[in-house]
Amino acid sequence: MLHVQNLVKTFDGERRRRSHAADRDRARVFAVNDISFEVENGSLFTLLGPSGCGKTTTLRSVAGLERPDSGTIKVGDRVLFAGQAGGKPVNVPANERGLGMVFQSYAIWPHMTVFDNVAFPLQVKKRATRPPKKEIAERVMRVLQTMELADLADRQATKLSGGQQQRLALARALVIEPPLLLLDEPLSNLDAKLRESLRYELKRLQRELGITSVYVTHDQVEALVLSTSIAVMKAGNVMQLGRPREIYENPNCRFVAEFIGTSNFIAGTVAERENGRYVVNTADGPLVLDSAVTVPPGTDVVVSIRPEAVEVSTTSRSGEVPNEWTGNVLTRAFLGEAVDHVVAVGRHEIRARGNPSVSIEPGTEVHLRMDPSKLTLVPVD
Amino acid sequence: MTTASPAVPAIEPAAKSRRRRWWPTPKLIITVGVACVIGYLALVPLYYLLWGTFFDAEGFTLGGFARAYGDDRIGPLVVNSLWFAVGAALLSLAVGTALAYLNVRTDVPFKGLFFAASIIPLIIPGILYTISWIFLASPDIGLLNAALEPIFGRGVLDVFTVWGMIWVEGLHLSPIVFLLMVAAFRSMDPSLEESALMCGASRWQVFRKITVPLTRPAIVAAVLIMTVRSLESFEVPALLGLQNGIYVFTSRIYFVLRSYPPDLAAAGSLALGLLVLAMIGVAISNIVGRSGKNFQTVTGKGFRPRPMELGKWRPVMGAAIVVYFCLTVVAPLLVLLYTSLLKFYQPPSLAAIKTMSLDNYRELLELSQAMTALKNSLFLGLASATLVMAGMAVAAWIVVRSRIPGRQLVDQFAFVPLVIPGLVLGLALSFVYLRSPIPIYGTIFILLIAYCTRYMPYGMRYAITSMHQISAELEESAQVSGASWWQTFRRVLLPLLSPGLLAGWIYILVVSFRELSSSILLYSPGNEVLSILIFEQYENGKFTVLSALGVVMVLTLVVLVAIAYKLGAKVGLKQD
Repeated sequence: MLHVQNLVKTFDGERRRRSHAADRDRARVFAVNDISFEVENGSLFTLLGPSGCGKTTTLRSVAGLERPDSGTIKVGDRVLFAGQAGGKPVNVPANERGLGMVFQSYAIWPHMTVFDNVAFPLQVKKRATRPPKKEIAERVMRVLQTMELADLADRQATKLSGGQQQRLALARALVIEPPLLLLDEPLSNLDAKLRESLRYELKRLQRELGITSVYVTHDQVEALVLSTSIAVMKAGNVMQLGRPREIYENPNCRFVAEFIGTSNFIAGTVAERENGRYVVNTADGPLVLDSAVTVPPGTDVVVSIRPEAVEVSTTSRSGEVPNEWTGNVLTRAFLGEAVDHVVAVGRHEIRARGNPSVSIEPGTEVHLRMDPSKLTLVPVD
Repeated sequence: MTTASPAVPAIEPAAKSRRRRWWPTPKLIITVGVACVIGYLALVPLYYLLWGTFFDAEGFTLGGFARAYGDDRIGPLVVNSLWFAVGAALLSLAVGTALAYLNVRTDVPFKGLFFAASIIPLIIPGILYTISWIFLASPDIGLLNAALEPIFGRGVLDVFTVWGMIWVEGLHLSPIVFLLMVAAFRSMDPSLEESALMCGASRWQVFRKITVPLTRPAIVAAVLIMTVRSLESFEVPALLGLQNGIYVFTSRIYFVLRSYPPDLAAAGSLALGLLVLAMIGVAISNIVGRSGKNFQTVTGKGFRPRPMELGKWRPVMGAAIVVYFCLTVVAPLLVLLYTSLLKFYQPPSLAAIKTMSLDNYRELLELSQAMTALKNSLFLGLASATLVMAGMAVAAWIVVRSRIPGRQLVDQFAFVPLVIPGLVLGLALSFVYLRSPIPIYGTIFILLIAYCTRYMPYGMRYAITSMHQISAELEESAQVSGASWWQTFRRVLLPLLSPGLLAGWIYILVVSFRELSSSILLYSPGNEVLSILIFEQYENGKFTVLSALGVVMVLTLVVLVAIAYKLGAKVGLKQD
């Protein structure tokens, strides 16, 4: 559906103050550094990353609000942007791309009613393609109904609550039935409770309407809940691209593992490898784990262990199962739906998350068991 | 404000108990004193103006009105005034808004020139600006006319018409509109425009349906403010209009007072008419401003504004900016400088260049009036800026922080002079001190009072804005730490307020340095200020000496502003 190839966007930084050509190149900041991805029809694709990673710039390039330096952007077979890479450059202006977009601030026009806000995209169409007034009204009311805003059609747009404004922004983006919907952190302006309910609401709508979407967020939970696939970005590069589960369970680098959820990281060296089962020597003993990554013995690696993959127990099953380490509970924290224990094992402090029924006094000697299939081998960056 | 006393001990019980008997605390003296001075400055001139207009030796009379508006003078007077004021306001709006939009929202070249073009005309005093346009576009001696003569024939441009007046006033006001509109465009969330683009609207549709409606409150406010300012403008109508008998309110007042014997009641009647017009304008802009606030709900939290690409229009717009800069800044300043070097005024030629010398500046040094005027202007600028900002700091505290009953009155009184045109204030003050036993009529102090009154509203606005930015807790924590009211004010509030107060101080210094319209009715020989001296020289036809004086005045202002800017940078006052 959406094809983005070798997209590059730089900003000029302090270029204007310098005079030498050499300095000029050095001063350019890569906001997006040669990224490519595809979004399948009907799926929700998320660009995830910390602020300044280039995710919003990428989205705005697709929207046409930002002019990339080079690369190709296609929706279906329609080329929206093509720079340099053979043929003559194409840059369809934002207002001719016919995409829907929801902004972070919603950008609801305060001088219009709810109805007028949604009708605007239809009203500004060129005379030849503009639907008659009656049809505009019908289509607006239909989309307002879907968003459960039909009762508020005559209300001034600024009199809506945060959640309603968000739905209004969505209605406005969807009224022209765009091939592609772009969402720029649409939930970040809401409070935590509302955000959670709207997250599921958004997921439901997207699935029901089957609309292809590109979603930008810095919130990893949001990304995991909503996405069909995720691209994790850092400093203008895509670090990992995959389905939510894949990214959570098998991060391909330390950055992804750290950014998505919390993780314990233990450094070590690959000692042996046999049919995808590795033994990694660490400062506090060997760890056995399964991995699809190919790393020759002798390589320095990091093992990432999710807290929920660590089982805490006062009884030892040493010998029966692999990866049992022994340590002392440093602190514990009751989180409501779980209990966290921080256990000191040799030089490491390992965080374990488990059922609240298991709660162990600090100072107690405990045994940690880690399932080899749940440990992840992360190459050193 | 005498009702203040019961509220005082509530805030300061410790201070009260230390005193054996009731004794006015410094807080009481200072706040009541400031409130009384504000009330006095705002109300007394108005009272005397009314009294002087409606009463003469025989009692109540409307004779002043008959003499002022009679003989069918009222029609042309009102028509000319409104034509001039609305025309100048619309011109300044068109120019200022277009420039502001280009500057904030597009990738137009020469953004540095923009800054200069917007700041420098604010510094050039109105009288110099008007005179330099006379040098440029007078039908007899205008340099532009001389340049255009081979093509269009003699005197194609005539600055001594209503259109000429609109042109000069409009250009002089356009930087103010520019600054207002820059603020309006900047405070608008750019995603409001971007989302319209994403909806398929063309650039023109976005501008018409989104940008203009959203900035309409600012646009309407700008039109009204500029209309009121043009109505109150004195320099342009006096220098350009009187020549051909085009009267507006301000120039008519001046004309009536200059004829012998001066008809105070008629002048007062005209002043009241002008006052009413100005008040209507200010009232409308207040109503519009209040209703406009519900648009200011969306904040630009998202992305930094991305300038719109002008594409092939970029060079055209760049050229337009250079032309604007030349017209508003370079040409007026250059013609002044050029004239100041000549022996007598003449169009540029080889012969003219050969006669150039610094003789006019030498003459200036020998002219004792010039040094006195410079000293007076400096004294008045510094004194009124300091007095106003000191007083308004206290007044802002009364209005924003205190619980004193009637504190809102202080606020309203401080804003009263905003609707009083400078010329009317001058007239009103002469009414007051001609009759009052206080012997300041004919001294420099009457000018000081006039300036303090005129610029009180501006000082108040600066002080109140900064007071609102300081959390009340900072003050309360000083009180809890045991500081008295005065100590809190001096050691906590004043330092925190200082950036805002300094900004106001600079503004008042600059505007009082070039004040003309109230000074013209209040000065007496020996108390001239620079702008008065320039006006006198113009009336005497001494164009070359006047130009030299103008150059000195502009240079002094530039130096003052530069020093203030440097000072301001140190205390974190960088306004861009």
